[in-house]
Amino acid sequence: MLELSHVCKTFNPGTVNEKQALRDISLRLEPGDFITVIGGNGAGKSTLLNLIAGVYPCDGGTITVDNEDVTHLPEYKRANFLGRVFQDPMRGTAGDMNIEENLAMAYRRGKPRTLRWGITKEERTLYHDKLAKLGLGLEERMTNKVGLLSGGQRQALTLLMATLQRPKLLLLDEHTAALDPKTAETVLQHTNEIIGGEHLTALMVTHNMHHAIQYGNRIIMMNDGQVLFDISGEEKKGLKVEDLLERFQTAQGKELDNDRMLLN
Amino acid sequence: MDILNFLDAMHGAVAQGIIWSIMTLGVYITFRVLDFPDLTVDGSFATGAAVSAMLVGNHGMNPFLALAAALLAGMVCGFVTGFLTAKMKIPGILAGILTMTALYSINIRIMGMQAMIPLNGANTVDIVIRHAIHGISPKNSQILLGVIVAAIIIAFLYWFFGTELGCSIRATGSNPYMVRSLGVNTDTTTIIALVLSNGLVALSGGIFAQVQGSATVDIGIGTIVIGLASVIIGEVVLGKHTGFLPRLICMVIGSIIYRAIISLVLFLGLPSTDMKLLTAIIIAIALFFPTLKKGIQQRRGYHQAVNTAETNGKE
Repeated sequence: MLELSHVCKTFNPGTVNEKQALRDISLRLEPGDFITVIGGNGAGKSTLLNLIAGVYPCDGGTITVDNEDVTHLPEYKRANFLGRVFQDPMRGTAGDMNIEENLAMAYRRGKPRTLRWGITKEERTLYHDKLAKLGLGLEERMTNKVGLLSGGQRQALTLLMATLQRPKLLLLDEHTAALDPKTAETVLQHTNEIIGGEHLTALMVTHNMHHAIQYGNRIIMMNDGQVLFDISGEEKKGLKVEDLLERFQTAQGKELDNDRMLLN
Repeated sequence: MDILNFLDAMHGAVAQGIIWSIMTLGVYITFRVLDFPDLTVDGSFATGAAVSAMLVGNHGMNPFLALAAALLAGMVCGFVTGFLTAKMKIPGILAGILTMTALYSINIRIMGMQAMIPLNGANTVDIVIRHAIHGISPKNSQILLGVIVAAIIIAFLYWFFGTELGCSIRATGSNPYMVRSLGVNTDTTTIIALVLSNGLVALSGGIFAQVQGSATVDIGIGTIVIGLASVIIGEVVLGKHTGFLPRLICMVIGSIIYRAIISLVLFLGLPSTDMKLLTAIIIAIALFFPTLKKGIQQRRGYHQAVNTAETNGKE
């Protein structure tokens, strides 16, 4: 369904800050894949997601979704088939607007914005039911400003918004990294339930190796702008953190020394 | 006698304030809804005045049609700034300054290379009203006109910002990243907001020129500062109310209070040329207020913590 072929990206080319964020990445996602992406800081995980989302253009290579070339499509047009949740809880919601208005914006993803009223009665009922399923009591606070919610509540809301219109692909960019461990677990649970329940195709970047192993049917490890390994199926199910570390060592010829990843 | 003079001055302030409130509503759209400090308004206010005065004074056009033309001219000004910032990626403040500067030359061209267009004896909007309603005073005819126009615009804005398009403009001001990720072209929403805002500013300029009886090339100087002051005063009046409709109405009240303050100071004998200084000081204080409040709260919290620690230590 999503296919990247020979995609590369260099930031600040020709300067002292030149950084080859992605080097010749090729990747193919099958419908229903739930892929977790791990790797240290600067491995290129977020760059990968941002290129798919069209935040900045590729330097080379092509991106296709369901055989349609989207390489040069602007970010707002790619939103038609993408659902996204960001690392920063502030990013995915408009704090100055209330919960139902945020949901109504998300409900219209992929549709033209007209001069029809921004939110209808039937929608409110739908949002109420969907919010109730999150179990955070947000269904009783639909006219509250999102700015009043906690980081975890905002991420849960963003997740709901990203999947309100079924996306062809869900992009999760370390969406639990800014949350405390307990809230992170809850949000991950919701993520897993929504992806499983609606049979979504998803790409989830994480720093946490346990999460990467626990969730999804396929795992990709990235380092220095390249895919080190890609494990799926039965092999993925039996995977342990030690296996990942060992794999990294064989592939890279050195030990993994990323504190943030190990400490998790 | 003094009291009568004072009341007369306040009456004038209300009339002026309502007409300028249309400009304030325009500034509110960019400054608060879109979160974009748009300096185009100094130019577009004068453009509206120039277009309206030229059409009424030199071409004898229907004064209401002339106002419609002023509105359209302002929308074009807003589009230019929007294009500069959204499509050419020029920083917002600079884009506004560029359009404003360019408009100075354009406005003189609109005015037939003259610095002033007098409207003595021309058929202006307030004269039309005074003909229609027998015995109404010039000031009351201005107030009536201002109230009707402001009410129509408030109703329009209330509807517009509730639509899908209006919501996406509000969201652009709140969080552009989110809006793009939900499939909205933020370039388009930015341009639409600027077009709408400057249209209202120019409409306000057009009405002002007609009721004042002239348009001058420097008529728009300081418009942005007056607009910001009015928005801020309006928000103080609004207090904790959060509804959009009360918010819009408070913009009108803010404009009137601003004019009243100015009239009061003039009445007390300060030269009118000091008004810009006074306005700038009002805004600086108003914008400093949140920081000040935070500082005081922090200090209070610190002292409380120290006190608690001391009390605990003694026990």
